[in-house]
Amino acid sequence: MEILTWTYILVGLSFALYIGIAIWSRAGSTQEFYVAGGGVSPLANGMATAADWMSAASFISMAGIISFAGYDGSVYLMGWTGGYVLLALLLAPYLRKFGKFTVPDFVGDRYYSKTAKVVAVICALFISFTYVAGQMRGVGIVFSRYLEVPIEWGVVIGMCIVFFYAVLGGMKGITYTQVAQYCVLIFAYMVPAIFISMQLTGNAIPQLGLGGSVADGTPLLDKLDGVLTELGFAAYTSGRKSITDMFMITLALMVGTAGLPHVIVRFFTVPRVKDARLSAGYALVFIAILYTTAPAIAAFGMYNAIETTSEKNISELPEWIATWQKTDLIKVDDKNGDGKVQYVADQDANELTIDRDIMVLASPEIAKLPNWVVGLVAAGAMAAALSTAAGLLLVISTSVSRDLFKTFRPEISDKKELRIARFAAAGAVLLAGYFGVNPPGFVAQVVAFAFGLAAASFFPVIIMGIFSTRINKEGAIAGMITGLVFTIAYIVYFKFISPEMNTADNWWFGVSPEGIGSIGMILNFLVCGIISHLTPPPPQEVQDMVEEIRIPRGAGKAQDH
Amino acid sequence: MPTHNDKMKAYWRKNLQTLFILLLVWFIVSFGCGILFVNELNEFRLGGYKLGFWFAQQGSIFAFVILIFVYVVRMNRLDREFDVDEE
Repeated sequence: MEILTWTYILVGLSFALYIGIAIWSRAGSTQEFYVAGGGVSPLANGMATAADWMSAASFISMAGIISFAGYDGSVYLMGWTGGYVLLALLLAPYLRKFGKFTVPDFVGDRYYSKTAKVVAVICALFISFTYVAGQMRGVGIVFSRYLEVPIEWGVVIGMCIVFFYAVLGGMKGITYTQVAQYCVLIFAYMVPAIFISMQLTGNAIPQLGLGGSVADGTPLLDKLDGVLTELGFAAYTSGRKSITDMFMITLALMVGTAGLPHVIVRFFTVPRVKDARLSAGYALVFIAILYTTAPAIAAFGMYNAIETTSEKNISELPEWIATWQKTDLIKVDDKNGDGKVQYVADQDANELTIDRDIMVLASPEIAKLPNWVVGLVAAGAMAAALSTAAGLLLVISTSVSRDLFKTFRPEISDKKELRIARFAAAGAVLLAGYFGVNPPGFVAQVVAFAFGLAAASFFPVIIMGIFSTRINKEGAIAGMITGLVFTIAYIVYFKFISPEMNTADNWWFGVSPEGIGSIGMILNFLVCGIISHLTPPPPQEVQDMVEEIRIPRGAGKAQDH
Repeated sequence: MPTHNDKMKAYWRKNLQTLFILLLVWFIVSFGCGILFVNELNEFRLGGYKLGFWFAQQGSIFAFVILIFVYVVRMNRLDREFDVDEE
């Protein structure tokens, strides 16, 4: 069968599955809508968290980024997994014990202040919107590439699917569809990786294959270092970023991960405190499967790309290069007219341009796998994009209906609140779709934004709220605003106002805008601590509440109000 | 006879000790082995990997997973010991 037919069949089947699950798990109360009734098993929640976490970018782009960045790509691998340790040890169990629905809920109660809560809601909305716009774009790109429809139509189809199960099912629907989506995406990611690993190194486990040897007996990574330096590139296993910058970016990504509202909220859905701890462990296992495979795909992809093209006759290039040249993701341009491909570091002499997304998208063809595998990778990429988008949309709708509406109109009934939540979810889908069709030019840059802001705003005040009884509302509000303003100002200056200044010489302390969230976080901690000690301590009942959330017993079911 | 309050203080202190040790390991495997001392560790090898590179792209992630499960087991034991576990 043709690739396109297989793609339609597999993507269609996976969609039917998601919709079926959504109908089966329709939410009937606000509690089910916000936190799936608090009755999700730790294993299922771990899987859902993993799917929620791994976006279109993780699935399609991360391996490619590492291919070209080599060792420097480690910031993403460590940054996007190490945050789960912080989450499991410092946040998840206590927030579960606290037992409400959202991060702003916690900030509002712990800091006994509507102002603090509203600042938190604004942070949550901003982070989630920057993130979701990128996801919708991802959905559109995957659709248009695999189903050969225009990007706009891809976005619209994606919106309809997400709309259906997020608006109807709420957290309950999302959780169980995400479990299915995880299975689809991890299977789709692993199949080509295993086959490529076997072909190159004779080892079926990509994590071992990356440390294995190629046919002539040299270790793959040494071979890759040698080939790349010969062509004028930096060695694959050595870094180009400064140690300070590597450190700060990794820290910002880790802390940002632990501060992202759509990740934190997942730990409100399990029945007990000990389930929240365990569930973070499962989530990281499921994430680690993909994240330890990605560097293998990255190195294999780079090795294959060079081996099959460098100094080869253009007429004898493998078939997948011709196929992907049609999409402009690979360009071959015989500048010196010798009929061969030169892939070199020198831009003027280089004749081969490879888009980073190729490393995953073309992996089935590179490994000469049957056509159905291509369809499978398409379904996996869709699953990754849709699951993340749905999780974010839920945070947005909850923030609007519960954190904003309910705070100022506490008398509304459960039924009415549920209706508002659904309306908000619908509105968010439409808005996200709009950004998907008309992407603001800065989508690529805003990812740094989302993590930096989460690191500089939420993380310190939540940690301090749990581990100190002395921190008060004055400190928390001042801390959040300082962290936020500082981080936004730094990123906006280097990314939008004076992009030409964005070089290591001009950065403060040698920290790039991607890593500045770490400094914002430290400032937040400092300001929060100092201001709190200069102002009166929080009221006794708040201090008692903090003592209470430190002890697991008595968590009970997720409360309604 | 220790009061309820003292007992909870002791529980919290043990919790903080656990956190400190685990987070120290967390820092060493990622920021230490993967970034700060990566060049020194790259002098050693683990199969076809340079050791520092292995920590940065594989080892730290495995260590993170193990850390969380050690935490889960340790906290469950602590909860039972101090009689604050859930039914």
